[in-house]
Amino acid sequence: MSQQNENQSQADTQTKKLGIGTDEWVAQHDKRLARRVGALGVLDFLNEKVSNRTRYVALLLAAIAFGFFVDNQYLLRIASNLGVFLMMTIGINIVLGFAGLLDLGFVAFYGFGAYAYALTSSSQLNQHWPTYLSVPAIVITTAFLGYLVSLPSRRLFGDYLAIVTLFFGQIFIQLVLSSDSITFPGHTDSTDITGGSNGIPGLDPFKFFGQPFKSTTDYYWLLLIVLTLLLIAVTRIDRTRVGRAWRTVREDPLASQSMGIKVNNLKTLAFIVGAAIAGFAGAIFAGIQSAVFINGFDVPLLTLVYAAVILGGSGSIPGSIIGAFVMSVLPEILRVQNYSEMLFITVLVLTIGVIGKTWKRFALNIVSVVVIGYIVKLALNASQLATTPSKIWAIAPVSKALRYWLVLPSNRIVWGNIAFVALVALVAYYSIAREKIKPLLLPLIAYISIFLWEDRLVADANTTRQLIIGAMLVVLMIVRPQGFLGKARVEVL
Amino acid sequence: MGYFGQQLVNGLTLGGVYALIALGYSLVYGVLQILNFAHGDVYMVGAFLGYFVEIGLGGPLHSKVPVPVMIFIMFAVSMIGTGLLGIIIERFAYRPLRKSSRIAPLISALGVSILLQNAALLLFSANIRTYDTSSFIPSTLGFSLGSITIDSVRLTVLVLALILMFALSRWVNKTQLGRAMRAIAVDRDAAVMMGIDIDRVIRWTFFVGAALAGAAGVMNGLLLRGVSNGMGFVPGLKGFTAAVIGGIGSIPGAMFGGLLLGVVESLTQGYLSTNFSDFYTFILLIAVMLLRPNGLFGKKAIVKA
Repeated sequence: MSQQNENQSQADTQTKKLGIGTDEWVAQHDKRLARRVGALGVLDFLNEKVSNRTRYVALLLAAIAFGFFVDNQYLLRIASNLGVFLMMTIGINIVLGFAGLLDLGFVAFYGFGAYAYALTSSSQLNQHWPTYLSVPAIVITTAFLGYLVSLPSRRLFGDYLAIVTLFFGQIFIQLVLSSDSITFPGHTDSTDITGGSNGIPGLDPFKFFGQPFKSTTDYYWLLLIVLTLLLIAVTRIDRTRVGRAWRTVREDPLASQSMGIKVNNLKTLAFIVGAAIAGFAGAIFAGIQSAVFINGFDVPLLTLVYAAVILGGSGSIPGSIIGAFVMSVLPEILRVQNYSEMLFITVLVLTIGVIGKTWKRFALNIVSVVVIGYIVKLALNASQLATTPSKIWAIAPVSKALRYWLVLPSNRIVWGNIAFVALVALVAYYSIAREKIKPLLLPLIAYISIFLWEDRLVADANTTRQLIIGAMLVVLMIVRPQGFLGKARVEVL
Repeated sequence: MGYFGQQLVNGLTLGGVYALIALGYSLVYGVLQILNFAHGDVYMVGAFLGYFVEIGLGGPLHSKVPVPVMIFIMFAVSMIGTGLLGIIIERFAYRPLRKSSRIAPLISALGVSILLQNAALLLFSANIRTYDTSSFIPSTLGFSLGSITIDSVRLTVLVLALILMFALSRWVNKTQLGRAMRAIAVDRDAAVMMGIDIDRVIRWTFFVGAALAGAAGVMNGLLLRGVSNGMGFVPGLKGFTAAVIGGIGSIPGAMFGGLLLGVVESLTQGYLSTNFSDFYTFILLIAVMLLRPNGLFGKKAIVKA
């Protein structure tokens, strides 16, 4: 009890220190010094010693080298998808990060761009526009759509805006799904516009000056150019009058309005810019895929993009890049079992390292997990409860190594489900447990997560990914609401 | 007339379900000013709990207890289970964020929603289940008013929804806890100074709101719709829309908004087009937002004192 009070009072002083007139940097000086040990220290060092400009240049050079030396179409496809994803996170960063509008209909603009490209460059409506005509037309139309959506939305804020725009996204999906048999007035037969749930296949590739794009490599270069220009533009906008005005609107609409800032116009502008970028990204995506399907533009994509922006820190462009990288490449890695195994073990070990803070605690935790595993295995072997699995579930080398240590029950589904519920309960308990109990819980949680991963999750990559995203959003909001690289809001007390 | 009346009855039944969901949003919004995005998924969990109780009692065809008792147990278990789930969600996802910015609980709620949906996918698989109501309540059972037939399932759902709404307004208006809840909605700081245990009230609010969503989930199952892990999203959206139309934070508003939404949806489906009914709901929402931004029953909010 006294321990809890102590924690409480510590937290109180922490908030008091951040009051008006206290510099955040000074207030957190002790905390920063304390962080400098263990696994986080290395990350901290990298974070502080390298300038932003160096990082951007390094990234660009790496991207150019990637385009020159990599010939694997699969890798280029992943890289191009990352590029499209990055465009979206940058777009959301403008709407949410700069202007502070939670626009949950963002993916609809992206989908609109993709469908608009599909309709102007396929046999669906027998339109084959040249790319230099169709893409600008799409960007302008999407921007106009963004303007239309902003009209009712700019009177709303916060939760209302979120739900209205989310609804708007659903409407887009419903319209596309139902527009495969539309009867125009004066006609008796119905026209198929969007192909409904079948989508529109067989789109033309991008074509410039009579030269059609031949492979993903061409799209990769296009995306690299577009992204470079976009990143330069966005970092510049952030420093202009409009960028500063957006920030004030985000922090306090009422105060900025009384300072003479035209809040409504700025909100509309953020919507328009965000929508235009999303539409552009959608058109490129449609070109790469050479087909569009409506389920690609539904809520899962929305959560993925938002998770990326929030993970990196909304308002921070480097944060968005990291977030996009994690969220877009991670699923591809999770798809290959061998990589996903390695990634899982790495993340687990890193997490234990970060929570343990010191190297000594870290080593102690790892040893405890190994010991727990052996005890469980030996106990079950002695009581003859453990059954040898008839077939090996996981094929990755890591799994094969783990097999000698981990219990693999014959009924994996049931035991996996029990482990899942137990893990959720333990993690929840951990978050409210007393400091003395926490170190005891940690190895247990780690063991159960390995068990769950090997027995259940590894075979179900998609669900796993979503579970991780969901848990990450909740934990992130509690631990670090501003994301990895975002700046904490100045809360007026 | 008969067709119109039939659509009206269908709409009211659907509206009852929406109203119950909307009430959960409104209650939570009233005390915490947060939008509980995970509410639709609580509704999904409620539907699953009802399904498992039905299976546990011997399934739709070979029930071990009489049908009314079975339905009662389904509702009771589902409401208590989802109520507890609501308390857990509040404790772990919202309480740590009570002092942070407005957007943080919203995103945390989004996370809870994703977690619940995928946890259900992992635990219960992607199969769509049905309560198979018609095998224990014959669809011919019921009565007719002229050319309008009201079958017994719809009647049960409608009557239960009305009873729950009535019980809720009694709870909010007559009990001490309800009074405390209203006090917190008006001014949280003042309520604390008056000695109200704010955590306890918020816990109960989440319990009641989530239990209503659980009841709505079972009703959805009884109305012969599928039970699956993604079923909560659209009704959750509609429930929130209903709460906003009625004026969020207002309890009669949520009830009226839900019923109105159900009727509008049913009538547009009956007369205009089945494919675009959500579109009309959306237009209704936008119209209300433009004409009465605080909803039909809402009070004008003072943004900053």
